[in-house]
Amino acid sequence: MRDLTLTTSDQLKKRHAKETRFQWYGRIAILISLSFLVFMFVAIFFRGAGAFQQTKIGLDINFDQTLIDPTGTGDPEIIANANFKPLITKSLAQAFPEVTGRSETRALYKLISSGSVFELGNMVKENPELIGTSQKIWVTATSEVDLYMKGKIDETISQDLRRLKDRDIAWVKQLQESGVIKRKFNTALFNNGDSREPEMAGILGAALGSFFSLLVCFLISFPLGILTAVYLEEYAKKNRITDLIEVNINNLAAVPSIVFGLLGLSIFLNFFNLPRSTPLVGGIVLALMTLPTIIIASRSILRSVPNSIRDAALGLGASKTQTTFHHVVPLALPGMLTGTILGMARALGETAPLLMIGMVAFIVDIPKGVTDVATSLPVQIFLWADSPEKGFVERTSAAIIVLLIFLVLMNLLAVYLRRKLERRW
Amino acid sequence: MSDTHIVSSFSNDLNQIDSLVLEMGGLVEQQLHNATLALQKEDRTLAKDVMKGDSRINELENELNDVAIKVLALRQPVAVDLRTVVMSLKIARHLERIGDYIKNTARRTNTIAKAGAFTGSLDTLARMSELVQKMTQDALNAYSKRDADAAQAVRESDKHVDHMNNSLFRELLTYMMEDPSHIGGAMHLIFIAKNIERMGDHVADIAKETLYLINGEWPEGKREKEDITSKMILDVDELNTES
Amino acid sequence: MDMETEKKVVANQAIMTARNVDVFYGKKQAIDNVSLDILENEITALIGPSGCGKSTFLRCFNRMNDTIDICKVSGKIEFAGQDIYSPKVDVVALRARIGMVFQKANPFPKSIFENVAYGPRIHDLAESKAELEDIVITSLKRAGLYDEVSDRLEDPGTSLSGGQQQRLCIARAIAVDPEIILMDEPCSALDPIATAIIEDLMESMKRHYTIVIVTHSMAQAARISQKTAFFHLGKVIEYGETEKMFTTPDNELTQNYISGRIG
Repeated sequence: MRDLTLTTSDQLKKRHAKETRFQWYGRIAILISLSFLVFMFVAIFFRGAGAFQQTKIGLDINFDQTLIDPTGTGDPEIIANANFKPLITKSLAQAFPEVTGRSETRALYKLISSGSVFELGNMVKENPELIGTSQKIWVTATSEVDLYMKGKIDETISQDLRRLKDRDIAWVKQLQESGVIKRKFNTALFNNGDSREPEMAGILGAALGSFFSLLVCFLISFPLGILTAVYLEEYAKKNRITDLIEVNINNLAAVPSIVFGLLGLSIFLNFFNLPRSTPLVGGIVLALMTLPTIIIASRSILRSVPNSIRDAALGLGASKTQTTFHHVVPLALPGMLTGTILGMARALGETAPLLMIGMVAFIVDIPKGVTDVATSLPVQIFLWADSPEKGFVERTSAAIIVLLIFLVLMNLLAVYLRRKLERRW
Repeated sequence: MSDTHIVSSFSNDLNQIDSLVLEMGGLVEQQLHNATLALQKEDRTLAKDVMKGDSRINELENELNDVAIKVLALRQPVAVDLRTVVMSLKIARHLERIGDYIKNTARRTNTIAKAGAFTGSLDTLARMSELVQKMTQDALNAYSKRDADAAQAVRESDKHVDHMNNSLFRELLTYMMEDPSHIGGAMHLIFIAKNIERMGDHVADIAKETLYLINGEWPEGKREKEDITSKMILDVDELNTES
Repeated sequence: MDMETEKKVVANQAIMTARNVDVFYGKKQAIDNVSLDILENEITALIGPSGCGKSTFLRCFNRMNDTIDICKVSGKIEFAGQDIYSPKVDVVALRARIGMVFQKANPFPKSIFENVAYGPRIHDLAESKAELEDIVITSLKRAGLYDEVSDRLEDPGTSLSGGQQQRLCIARAIAVDPEIILMDEPCSALDPIATAIIEDLMESMKRHYTIVIVTHSMAQAARISQKTAFFHLGKVIEYGETEKMFTTPDNELTQNYISGRIG
């Protein structure tokens, strides 16, 4: 008998040291990657957090009937075409009686976002009874004022180098003193489409564009992908042709996404003349891109359905089709759905192919269907990141946060579906 | 047929059964030889040794029973292995019975020698015993080599033992008719002859069981039994006419 | 001897006959010229070392080999007088008449009731819901499982123990009212008690069905079957009464195999 205690003590120490060392290598690796991730999230969050709040200025606005609807018809068209700017300038003149002169009043008006006239317009359109009354309305301040309020403008640098001059700052301070300038939740970010003015720009258009694209993508890629996977896995004979198809599917999954964009451009836009810049084409292109992923995932799920289930059904005298659709596909469906959702999540974050089919345009309107021109969230991020206005910096981050939240939600949904629907066999 | 089992300890167990049977057989041969010698020489010491020696045969039988039961329980033998185990049990039983007959023979030898009773036809008895010894040896060889022909030959040679028994019976009857004082010794000798004849039957059965072990079926047809002592009566002439 | 076998044949008709069956997987021959008769209301055991083709041969009986692309079967297998490999034969109908139970208990991931009801449903055996329930309950009873599950028919089939699952699979096979039940090592994953229950069940099923069982356990073949066929390298080495096979096999290969010898 060899002694179990003494002879190995030296080796034992070495071995233990080695094991501990390797464990620490692993921990350090995890720590490094985690810290990158945390750094990214924290940076984006801090930059983007401000965008969820917006500076508003409270003005006493007299909805003067003579200015909005002089004849008192109540016709929405007349109200829509009315000029609301004088309402604001009048109100400002009341608030700042000391400001006179053309350039001064214009500068004062510049504190208010040019989009606020549309806000007022919409307000009146929805509540025509406002006409003729006087209300305290919180109108949106310009991005510059907003940035100043969030402390992002350095007052010490020369006023020639900033757009918000010392005079403007003085007015803002005056407003602050009278308590009519406030930061409120930024509804514009979620309700508006894109805009040249950072304070009016929102992601609703882009989000809906993404939604419609994904809808088209799902409707095309899910049935196609699953039927392809089922046929290849359950019915197709193993021969050269199926081998070739399989190799090509695997290759397609590795094709850079921009190539799919070019394909969409040349086939769907130039050949089929489908409407440019629309979620329809975007969705088709994304579907092409996700198809290989879905097929590969679905096939591996189908393969993981144990053969004993097929044998059991066939042995009972079920036909091939009955076996496949009564047993195999229902068992594989949760997995297929999960694979599809993950594929869609990837498509949601995709920019390059959409650039090629014109979904990169500046689009203010909010799309109402798959054939309306639209852009998508990641493209919107790209566009804002590219914009010179300082106000877009935090909006870019905010849009990224929204996009990340959607991605996380989709992944969670995939996990949930897998947990919930997965069957044991 | 390969003799090696995949589980080698199974082969070992079966080999142990075989060697126990052969050891018993060897002991039986030896005992029979000694018993015959004691009878011829009317040697009481040897006869007593033979009487004592029987217990070893019984021990061996018990040992073999244990091994066989263990094999049955633990190995679940089938086919030839099953036949080996079951037939070895039966063969051991026969050997043990033979041992009992030898012991009885030795006891009678002791009695005859002690009383100085009549003895006669001892040579015929010795030849008969030698024949049975030879048969035992052949039967055990046939068992150990699984030789069907040899086993068949043993079965057939039993009739010679019967013949000898018949003539011995006749002889001893004659002695008794000649002189009633012979009756005491002659009666014992008749029983001894009967013992040896029974041993022959047992050996023939061993051969039969060996054949079953080898072939998996019982030999066809009945073995010729030529022991007609049961039909003999004092009137020798009558007997002669009948046969 | 001849008289005896003749009597047996009169008692039990051959329900399935295989003549000169060859099976190829691609170029590899798995079954080599096998001919044997399966007698009605008997249990026939197919034994032999792994890879001897016994499972392949079993799967010829309900054409389960069809699912393997490279598998080619030649020769003639007749069931109730029809050549089952004739192109006119409907495989689905054939499999309904020849049930199968597999090595690993493979209940569908559905309720116990649905597991048994599936076969009758796809073959339209029940006209009404009540009739379907009747079939399910009868099948479960015949498989000796009803008493154990009668109060939880809606529980998933996979929640049962291994032995119960295998009996559920037997009930599922019985539900389509087959004439023959093929069993491919049905007890190989079960403990001895569950095995004994299934063996007892098979004994009682013999009255209604003909059973062909592939088994690795020679003791099991000896315990339950009336006929045994010994396969070796794709050939039937010996086929006959189980009793004879396990006491006095004719062939040396059989002897070596069943007694556990090298050879």
